[in-house]
Amino acid sequence: MKVLVAVKRVIDYNVKVRVKADNSDVDLTNIKMAMNPFCEIAVEEAVRLKEKGIASEIVVVSIGPKVAQEQIRTALALGADRGILVETDEQVQSLQAAKILKAIVDEEQPQLVILGKQSIDSDNNQTGQMLAALAGMGQGTFASEVVVEGDKVNVTREVDGGLMTVGLNLPAVVTTDLRLNEPRYASLPNIMKAKKKPLDTKSPADYGVELSASLTTLKVEEPAKRSAGIKVADVAELVDKLKNEAKVI
Amino acid sequence: MSILVIADHDNGSLKPVTLNVLAAATAIGGDIDVLVAGEGCGAAAEAASKAAGVAKVLVADNAAYGHQLAENLSLLVADLGKGYSHVLTSAGTTGKDFLPRVAALLDVAQISDIIKVESADTFVRPIYAGNAIATVQSSDAIKVITVRGTAFDPVAAEGGSAAVEAIDNVQDAGISTFVGQEMAESDRPELTAAEIVISGGRGMQNGDNFAMLEKVADKLGAAMGASRAAVDAGFVPNDMQVGQTGKIVAPNLYIAVGISGAIQHLAGMSGSKVIVAINKDEEAPIFQVADYGLVADLFDAVPELEAAL
Repeated sequence: MKVLVAVKRVIDYNVKVRVKADNSDVDLTNIKMAMNPFCEIAVEEAVRLKEKGIASEIVVVSIGPKVAQEQIRTALALGADRGILVETDEQVQSLQAAKILKAIVDEEQPQLVILGKQSIDSDNNQTGQMLAALAGMGQGTFASEVVVEGDKVNVTREVDGGLMTVGLNLPAVVTTDLRLNEPRYASLPNIMKAKKKPLDTKSPADYGVELSASLTTLKVEEPAKRSAGIKVADVAELVDKLKNEAKVI
Repeated sequence: MSILVIADHDNGSLKPVTLNVLAAATAIGGDIDVLVAGEGCGAAAEAASKAAGVAKVLVADNAAYGHQLAENLSLLVADLGKGYSHVLTSAGTTGKDFLPRVAALLDVAQISDIIKVESADTFVRPIYAGNAIATVQSSDAIKVITVRGTAFDPVAAEGGSAAVEAIDNVQDAGISTFVGQEMAESDRPELTAAEIVISGGRGMQNGDNFAMLEKVADKLGAAMGASRAAVDAGFVPNDMQVGQTGKIVAPNLYIAVGISGAIQHLAGMSGSKVIVAINKDEEAPIFQVADYGLVADLFDAVPELEAAL
């Protein structure tokens, strides 16, 4: 079966972001960018399904600026077969991304669509669910285990309080949690091979999606700074401070 | 303005976070209806009708909603939501699962995990793991929102007397089924609602050593948390994880033991009123946010702490 994986180019997760002086956004100039960690897990899961003989073809798609090609190439080096870049310099919100992905699903007819559960920049945790709704598919969100059996998939989900398993008819959408797998590294020969794999460039207009969004960011600010604390010498002083100064125990 | 709040519940009881979501709804202003969708959820509906500020409780009691599968629940909420200006629920795993589906079915954006209501169309939410705070305005006719419970003080659980109305709206998409679940057993307070949280990290070295933290937690009546490192190493189950990808907590007191304080962990606990760090590495980033820091070997300090309490 065909698997579609969506990947996003985001700020590297180790980078401490800075807010722009005019409070319009965070400053991304000269910042290290990378594939969103949850998307790496999605690619890895697709590749494992292929290695098990369940997936026959992996198509990886990214929506973003021209440089998002790098993240598609990374996915190709990890084992995806071909890429689609939906190129735009606009900021794309979740609903618009879901609409573009829905159009690609209609065209490609994958049996399984795998996305990360959230991107570490906007922290929305929406796109997979929105895509599933638009495509009329079942969803296995926050997946820590994915088992494909015939025309069904069982997804074990990380929920508040523990784990929950749902059974979904295929085609379906799965979003990955951190514990689904440990992504592999791309080897140099695979990175070289990935350069020859096909990568189509499209635009949102090719899929008939308008990017005009209903949400406007009015301002972006630094979070309130915590005032500097103190170091205590020993446990006795700590307990004393908590009882008599902070009054929390 | 008319607001629909979808209750968090386990059929038998209303989860406390629903009261925090009601506080966010109250801040928006307008008539507030609560939807309780589940199977055998009469008791939860009864509890919702007593909460302060609720005008009406709608009860959709049907096997199709028993496990709150997103495919079925989202059809129900999208159907009802057309009559409201705002649709709210908590940013727990259930809300995060079904509400974006509702937004897509209504063809509107969703605003995730709000921490403040500026006005009926303007909301504040953290981005970049809490390292930036965005104020966003929505021009959608229906605002679909998940609420970070810890950011709002709960409304009173008693005193209200809303009418309870059963609704006969059964939506079964027929594309998903509940297979099973494995819930962690615990007598301690729920992590996201606890007044005191004590968390262990990689420094705990193994799962058995968490028993030391349990003893302290018992004395303080605290909930237990963990960093991702501790969960990944298999010390404790994943539902104890505090952080960007785990639970967001904001207790009165947060005690971080053997936790370095990575960006992703701070995202989950930096809203705590008082933070205590116990770590033997005095350069650990956790000390930059801790109100009280103790540079010490946790294997000495934690038993001492237990003895001192």
